[in-house]
Amino acid sequence: MSETVLDVQGLSVDIATPRGTLHAVRDVSFQVRRGETLCIVGESGCGKSITSLAIMSLLPQTARRTARRLAFLDEDLASASGRRINALRGNRMAMIFQEPMTALNPAYTIGDQLMEPYLHHKKAGRADARERAIELLGKVGIASAAERLGQYPHQLSGGLRQRVMIAMALMCGPELLIADEPSTALDVTIQAQILRLLADLQQELGIAMVLITHDLGVVARIAHRVTVMYAGEVVEEGAAERLFGAPRHPYTRGLLSCIPIPGRTERGGQLGTIRGVVPSLIGEPFQGCGFRDRCDFAREACQRTVPLHESGDHRWRCVLDGLPT
Amino acid sequence: MLVYILKRLGLALLVALAVSIIAFLLLRLSGDPAIAIAGEGAQEADIALIRTTYGFDRPLPVQYVDWLGKSLRGDFGDSIYFKVPAASLIFDKLQTTLLLGFLALAFALAISVPLGVLAAIYRNSWLDRLCLAIAVIGQALPNFFFALLLIMLFSITLRWLPVSGSGSWAHFVMPTIDLGYYAAPAFMRLIRAGMIEVLDADYIRTARAKGLPTSTVVFKHALRNAVVPVVALAAVQLGYLLGGSVVVETIFALDGLGYLAYQSITYKDFPVMQTIVLLLSVIYVVLTLASDIVNAWLDPRIRVA
Amino acid sequence: MTSATASSGTVAASLPAPPGLLRRIWRNKAVIVGFGLLLLILLMAIFAPWLAPHDPYHQDLTNRTVPPFWHDGGTWIHPLGTDPLGRDYLSRLLYGARISLLIGGAVAVISGFIGTTMGMLAGYFGGKTDMVVSFMITTRLSMPVILVALATVALLGGSLWVVIMVLGLLKWDRFAVVMRSATQQVRSLDYVAAAQAAGASTPRVLLGEVLPNVLPHLVVVVTLEAASAILLEAALSFLGLGVQPPLPSWGLMISEAKSYMFFSFWLIAIPGTLLALLIFSINLAGDGLRDLFSPEGRA
Repeated sequence: MSETVLDVQGLSVDIATPRGTLHAVRDVSFQVRRGETLCIVGESGCGKSITSLAIMSLLPQTARRTARRLAFLDEDLASASGRRINALRGNRMAMIFQEPMTALNPAYTIGDQLMEPYLHHKKAGRADARERAIELLGKVGIASAAERLGQYPHQLSGGLRQRVMIAMALMCGPELLIADEPSTALDVTIQAQILRLLADLQQELGIAMVLITHDLGVVARIAHRVTVMYAGEVVEEGAAERLFGAPRHPYTRGLLSCIPIPGRTERGGQLGTIRGVVPSLIGEPFQGCGFRDRCDFAREACQRTVPLHESGDHRWRCVLDGLPT
Repeated sequence: MLVYILKRLGLALLVALAVSIIAFLLLRLSGDPAIAIAGEGAQEADIALIRTTYGFDRPLPVQYVDWLGKSLRGDFGDSIYFKVPAASLIFDKLQTTLLLGFLALAFALAISVPLGVLAAIYRNSWLDRLCLAIAVIGQALPNFFFALLLIMLFSITLRWLPVSGSGSWAHFVMPTIDLGYYAAPAFMRLIRAGMIEVLDADYIRTARAKGLPTSTVVFKHALRNAVVPVVALAAVQLGYLLGGSVVVETIFALDGLGYLAYQSITYKDFPVMQTIVLLLSVIYVVLTLASDIVNAWLDPRIRVA
Repeated sequence: MTSATASSGTVAASLPAPPGLLRRIWRNKAVIVGFGLLLLILLMAIFAPWLAPHDPYHQDLTNRTVPPFWHDGGTWIHPLGTDPLGRDYLSRLLYGARISLLIGGAVAVISGFIGTTMGMLAGYFGGKTDMVVSFMITTRLSMPVILVALATVALLGGSLWVVIMVLGLLKWDRFAVVMRSATQQVRSLDYVAAAQAAGASTPRVLLGEVLPNVLPHLVVVVTLEAASAILLEAALSFLGLGVQPPLPSWGLMISEAKSYMFFSFWLIAIPGTLLALLIFSINLAGDGLRDLFSPEGRA
């Protein structure tokens, strides 16, 4: 088994809002190993993006992060100084974001922004940085790379910009890449390309990748392991095939039934839905299972602390020890 | 980009023409210039003589075209009071005023940029409120009153600076402060607002995710985008500073265009008055044009369209 | 509030006052302090004849530059001393408030009327009207206001009304710019189209639908321009080309006192501070109003 690159244990994030404290992330734990893609999946507002920002120390000023353990290889991120974090960010840990249209600075060229982290972290010369930039642009599949260097973000399409973002993240050869919904804002055809690109790069470079998405189709395509989040918590985590084949948590099963599968879902038949809405996480800390109001199997015990089950490397948080088929 | 420049240039020329007409009419219509030149208690015969000598008896459009024609050739008439060609008189003093204007602008920016950036980074903190308070107070202080306060402090009490005149660099210190302080609050607010907006942008988050030091994020990435409206304002403010120099130069007897304007107005020196108004207006038009062009150039979306 | 639309059968557009307006006003310190100070000065001006201990024009050459009561040599007969011509300073200051407020108000009204009309017409009709108005605005912006004002006043002869007319006819540009863009925003809204469809005549639409909704912007600009006019008049009077003596304009008083500044500092300090306070209060009130009218308040 390869080395654990990212170790997250008991991560919680509280955000101060005018209406009270929002417990956005509650006691989240997962690990990512070298050469492995972990997908964090969940609906909007479940806390998955905040989790990724927390790992990169990019939370807003109103947020407070606590964790039992938050480690990148042998670096303790929770107690690291600002300078240490800055030395790691963009260098050995990299992140790409959802909106390629706004994630690049409109006032500087692609080349300038690409070379920036390399010049800063590797203390390299401009010629070296330029070479590396061209190399990476080639790797992400951008033709006539040298020309592109002199262009401005507004001259590139969304798909191209996202490729540039990926290249930029890889400039310093990171060991961990966090991708927050990298394909969501793009056309469907481009989505597939970007995901394939990420998967290929990960294989080739052997990096640990965390991919955040709400789209189960994406997960199916690219994940080795999956972490399902709901209302700020991890409700299920395990290897992708096992999770898809035999989900243990009612929410996971609900999610999977929402996807139409060609060949299996009957034409005109009903798609699965999950009734109810996400509970509010503002104010007093939420007790018990967050899914109980929407769960078909809810019982009295769900109001209290829910036990964590483990079966091999498959974990889930439920009073049930597995779902009836 | 070229098309943009040409269109703006055309507009600027039209405006300059319009202003020249207004400047001309204004002075002609607000009283009989012949009487004004002749002064109090002048004889009817003298007035009539002045009228024909200066050509005030011709129809207005004729006078205008004549004046415009001469102006384009650089002949702005002779100063009635100083008895030298208006053009040489004005261009002599122009240097002083331009220098004062630039110094005042630099002073205003030197205070407002750091304060604006700080206020934005530490928004809603005590520092932010202090900066805003300074801005509001600064804009409430009349510049002639502030000038007197400066003189009381630096010339009379501390004896560091001369009260008036324009001999040395020391003569420029108080006028620079007096002219520049009023423009600073507007810049500060603009920078603060711009920075607050920019600091929230996605590309700032990207820059931080790249592990760049905070100073780089603020100055290279944020300020560069927040500064665009400031440049536009700077050009326009320079115009106002040049106009506002009238009061400042007169108080400090700084021998520049503003002081000359005051003198020419007091002595009803028509040729000089007219020329100064025309000159300043043309400078305004040029500055506005420049600011539009620089604005467009700073935004790559327009420059590399 | 908008009676003009009642007979045209359209739903009267109401001022976009957010709920709990009174509470927001109460919590907005800038508005409270600003308007409070302004009110104080207004009261000073209105009740000047009753508050002033002496006739502001009465010269007493035996009592020149008497210091205020807190200096030795001061007296309660002239609580704030006398000026170089022996006139009671407190009385002159009180009457001076009238001049400043009158200037601010009158210029704001005149320039506001001109600028708002131009701006609304340009914003509403667009096309050629907009082109013409925009050109006029650009031309006006290219003129150095102080110089032109100085020159015109000098030629026409300085007096209170000349100053008001000249400033009023010069300072309409910001009104025009702001009202134009505000009108453009409002023009495309539904109730304007509804009014037009119901056959309301243009003046009716402009006055009944557009004006009430651009009113917040108008109010903010009024405060800014009033403050600016007061400052301009003070500067003009200081240079001797504004209000003429013996009128107690604060700017003029500072000018008259400047040669005595070293020995009788209060002669310039008090009117100067009063001017600053007046401008401060107007600007503060204007800022506060702007915050009140914008949906989320300041950034």
